[in-house]
Amino acid sequence: MKIINLKINGIPVSVPEGSTILQAAKLANVRIPTLCYLKDVQCVGSCRLCLVEATGARGLVAACVYPVSEGMEVRTNTPRVRKSRKTTIELILSTHKKKCLSCPRSMNCELQKLALEYNAEEDRFGTDHDIKPIDDLSPSVVRDNSKCVMCTRCVAACAQQTIGAIGPKNRGYAKVIGSPYDVSLAYTPCVNCGQCVVACPVGALYEKSAIADVWGAIVDPTKQVVFFTAPSIKATIGEAFGLPVGTNAEGKMVTAIKQLGDVKCFNMDLTADLTIMEEATELLGRIKNGGTLPMFTSCCPGWVKFAEHYYPELIPSISSCKSPQEMFSAVLKTYYCEKHGIDPKNLYVVSVIPCTAKKFEVAREELGGYTDAALTTRELAKMIKEAGIDFVNLEESTYDTPFETASGAGAIFGATGGVMEAALRTAAYKLGGTGAPLEFKEVRGTQGVKEAEYTVGNAKLKVAVASGLGNARKVIEDIKSGKKDYAFVEIMACPGGCINGGGQPYVHDEVRNTIDLKAVRAQALYDYDKENALRCSHENPAVETLYKEFLGEPNSHKAHKLLHTTYHKRDKY
Amino acid sequence: MSQNPFEGTEGQMKDLLKSIKSHRGEAGALMPVLHDAQNIYGYLPAEVQTVIAEELNVPLAEVYGVATFYSQFSLTPKGKHQISVCLGTACYVKGSDKILEAIEKELRISCGECTPDKKFSIESCRCVGACGLAPVMIIDGEVYGKLKPDDVAGILDKYMKD
Repeated sequence: MKIINLKINGIPVSVPEGSTILQAAKLANVRIPTLCYLKDVQCVGSCRLCLVEATGARGLVAACVYPVSEGMEVRTNTPRVRKSRKTTIELILSTHKKKCLSCPRSMNCELQKLALEYNAEEDRFGTDHDIKPIDDLSPSVVRDNSKCVMCTRCVAACAQQTIGAIGPKNRGYAKVIGSPYDVSLAYTPCVNCGQCVVACPVGALYEKSAIADVWGAIVDPTKQVVFFTAPSIKATIGEAFGLPVGTNAEGKMVTAIKQLGDVKCFNMDLTADLTIMEEATELLGRIKNGGTLPMFTSCCPGWVKFAEHYYPELIPSISSCKSPQEMFSAVLKTYYCEKHGIDPKNLYVVSVIPCTAKKFEVAREELGGYTDAALTTRELAKMIKEAGIDFVNLEESTYDTPFETASGAGAIFGATGGVMEAALRTAAYKLGGTGAPLEFKEVRGTQGVKEAEYTVGNAKLKVAVASGLGNARKVIEDIKSGKKDYAFVEIMACPGGCINGGGQPYVHDEVRNTIDLKAVRAQALYDYDKENALRCSHENPAVETLYKEFLGEPNSHKAHKLLHTTYHKRDKY
Repeated sequence: MSQNPFEGTEGQMKDLLKSIKSHRGEAGALMPVLHDAQNIYGYLPAEVQTVIAEELNVPLAEVYGVATFYSQFSLTPKGKHQISVCLGTACYVKGSDKILEAIEKELRISCGECTPDKKFSIESCRCVGACGLAPVMIIDGEVYGKLKPDDVAGILDKYMKD
């Protein structure tokens, strides 16, 4: 590979041929602002904020797309560059609904940050803008196009998921981002993954909030409120309070939730373990009885809806297991209520999830309506802030009984490959007895598609793991064409899995550019797993008690009734 | 959705599928197919866009995005008589917006729409090179110049009859 030598602000740097100025600047530790650029998702050079001076170029050039050349001298901080960036920001602000104080992105908005840094005036070109309708009919995602800056990062994120539910419409001043015609996102094949939300640099996209409902239940004297937190929340919630990416903040998170009011806080890793008991049993049953293979995981509601829209013929292949969220809510509204003499209608169940699609799942009729509200990581952080809780300085505490204990296998559900690994640990035990392997490193890591073949007991098990729906599509097409043959396939809709879910804390592109966000967050879960005394789902004593006292055995009639579900075909248009 | 109900024929659909088949697999197949579709149907009904999206395996949002980006594509059917009002600089200065308003009022539809009986459709255009005659409108290729809003009803009357 040819190496190109150049200087950025006088700092010499060498990069492979074909690199962009932006990539070279990163190596030289020179920061260049971006807005429409999103690493791994979009690079179109349309926002003009990354403009720099480069020798050999006529005007200012867009650093995100301009290739480096030998001997090039780049200047990122000249009066001309600064003036250009300032004007660009002011032009964007001229059509932006500047309701910054009440905006969900306030203090975390990329445009707000740039405007401050470049001393932009918010009304230099006037403050007139059209008030565009807000689309809040989707159970997951709200779009306020009056705040849209036309960076099209959401469109690129949706295209990367191979959904394409949104795109630019019309032209010039009439241009808006949205679904075809004036149809709401709710009536498109959108799978609610929320990757558009985490891609948005401003407050044009945000989740449909359940905060007011949850506060209402907390102060309602007739309600008992219980929270449970999904595996990945512990690894990301700290980011919302300034802790470094990859900090496991489980103890502080539990304390914070308990300080929101008279609420209990349970551990959803436990129903991840329960899911494994049901799913592994289902898989072994399918293998033994010649059932439909490969079996696909069903924890991810984005993937499930994707299959219902695009691959309805795969419905018999998807595990009938409910997701850990829905298993937990079902157990709480039946077993827990019975045991504690609570009328189920007075128990208010709140799940904290990394995901906007879970909000859609909550409303699925066939799941029985056991979950009352689903809060994203961001919403929980907002509630903690609103309650005036000093998160960073909290003492640590543990989850409430009887749902406090879980295995490390349940925790790694939050990363791509985690469900597969957890299932393999239990399947290996069931087929091979003690001494079965614990770590299945081939299914770890952030690459989009992973394959492995394991010998568990006497059986050879070919498995595949895909994260990101574009990658899922590739795996499915390979299976359909007969090119690949697996027994078990794990799919998570978001690239990297739940740790990169659509409900996770906003991370500016600047940070995404410098670290592998998905890997660092996932590492927190794998470390947590390693330090856990329990590594396998079947070792979880709380799950054992649950079967003994209530469910009988995995895949029993009662388990089927409460913990399993059905799927149905959905239209694409 | 378009206010005019979709009235495509089997023959039209056959032509559309033929066009799609001949462009399938090409990079940038969407543009030529949309051109053909507009020629076949006279406009791009939602139903046709859906067929194109499905058959070319591109998201409907992309089809719609392209269809609404280029002013040559129309989402509404064209009438038997197509009225085009020049809103170019010279005509505009001479009050062509008032002419357009008079036509809209007379036909009770907005610019870009088609009357329910499919007799008239109105669109605006930029300079037609007849600035000396400003303000100008064109009906079925015939140019009417030096218009006043009061002239509109009389001119349209001629076309109402056939």
